[in-house]
Amino acid sequence: MRHLLSTKDLSRDDAILILDTAAQMAATQEREVRKLPTLRGKTVVNLFFEDSTRTRISFEAAAKRLSADVINFSAKGSSVSKGESLKDTALTLQAMGADAVVVRHWASGAAYQLAHGGWLHGSVLNAGDGTHQHPTQSLLDAFTMRRHLVSDPTGADLAGLTVAIVGDVLHSRVARSNVHLLHTLGAKVVLVAPATLVPVGIEPWPCDVVHTLDEAIEAYDIDALMMLRVQRERMTGGGSAFFPSPAEYTRLFGLDGDRMRRLPDHAIVMHPGPMNRGLEISAEAADSDRSVIVEQVANGVAVRMAALYLLLAGEEGAQ
Amino acid sequence: MTGTIMGAADISRALTRIAHEIVERNDGALDVVLLGIPSRGLPLAHRLAQRIAEIEPGFDADVATGALDITMYRDDLFKNPTRAIGTTTVPDAGIDDAVVVLVDDVFHTGRTIRAALDAIRDLGRPRAVQLATLVDRGHRELPIRADFVGKNIPTARSERVDVHVEELDGEDAVILRKGE
Repeated sequence: MRHLLSTKDLSRDDAILILDTAAQMAATQEREVRKLPTLRGKTVVNLFFEDSTRTRISFEAAAKRLSADVINFSAKGSSVSKGESLKDTALTLQAMGADAVVVRHWASGAAYQLAHGGWLHGSVLNAGDGTHQHPTQSLLDAFTMRRHLVSDPTGADLAGLTVAIVGDVLHSRVARSNVHLLHTLGAKVVLVAPATLVPVGIEPWPCDVVHTLDEAIEAYDIDALMMLRVQRERMTGGGSAFFPSPAEYTRLFGLDGDRMRRLPDHAIVMHPGPMNRGLEISAEAADSDRSVIVEQVANGVAVRMAALYLLLAGEEGAQ
Repeated sequence: MTGTIMGAADISRALTRIAHEIVERNDGALDVVLLGIPSRGLPLAHRLAQRIAEIEPGFDADVATGALDITMYRDDLFKNPTRAIGTTTVPDAGIDDAVVVLVDDVFHTGRTIRAALDAIRDLGRPRAVQLATLVDRGHRELPIRADFVGKNIPTARSERVDVHVEELDGEDAVILRKGE
């Protein structure tokens, strides 16, 4: 692997290698000394054109636990706000000796452009590009599911599991990344969203689509229920709104205690964060012992350590 | 001389002798923890533990044996293809104040053991670290030596020493091969 840009072009073997490596990384994080010397002398640049404190600190923690040097570059107040192009930013990072660039960008395809523009020698990790992909998020989701729902996780895929993803699929790179990764790993994916928040051209996606949460709970044996964040700007506001009111969204798509109890007993509740409590998920569901939301955050560090290790260790990474 | 240098009986005798030496050196096996370096050091560590348990009835072979994966501590990570990371397991009681006996199949440049010493440092502070190896083939690149050696095999740098173990390879053998 040279870059991690999209879960769509990740093979089953690669995905399982990342998950198995993440499991070993997670084990090291339970020790007293959590820092490993593995990536000493490597430089990881966090290049964030969009604010995302959670993702950035997760990558930062992952790189630091592996002893890499971390440079944080946020677009706000930097040369980018003065009109610098992506190419010139990339050339600057190259000149500073970046071995890996973690990029979050508002434009879909920005990570691909950065990886294939010929501007950088290092590896590119996509940390979210527009409404396209967020591969490490879906890998940490898959890792969390495998840990909880597969009896002998090492080397295993997610065959036989049913995962429902609920909410704003249209704008969600988390949903897109998960549909492809979960399909590759053999799980069945059900998308649950209002018709206005389902992308045009969804037919070829390897998943089912239903339009209320109750219908999904009735029709499928759900093993993992993933709630997506409702982005506030999409909620109301005249002609540009995607649903009539937050209250209606909660009534049709929100996860409350009642709906949670109608899931199979072993089912887990997930959320990529940050949550809108009371909107897409009730406090009762978010704080229940089926919720693995806080564990997802810890697993995120392990998965990102695995991705950095697999991209940067090895002779290809050294060029 | 190339070919099979040690057969199953030779390996068995060598491990029995090493087990006795470990007990003798440490006045028993009370604080001894055996850490096998994957992949072939691990089954050897388990076998040594079994033999020590036969000599010292108070010694619990399962509790006192672990695995030490050194991949993330190697000094040649950027010179070779990416390696898969193996499992590290240590006794629940930890290794603080224990006598850790590292177990590996072939002792060669000493770089694996250097990495293992770094890995141990992140796991705790043993009272002492000792090294047991089935084969010492020489060609050290670091000032590191073994405490317990099954067999010294003089080799040329270009030759290869392959250790086969029943648990992974279906047979016990030490094989010396001509290099390219």
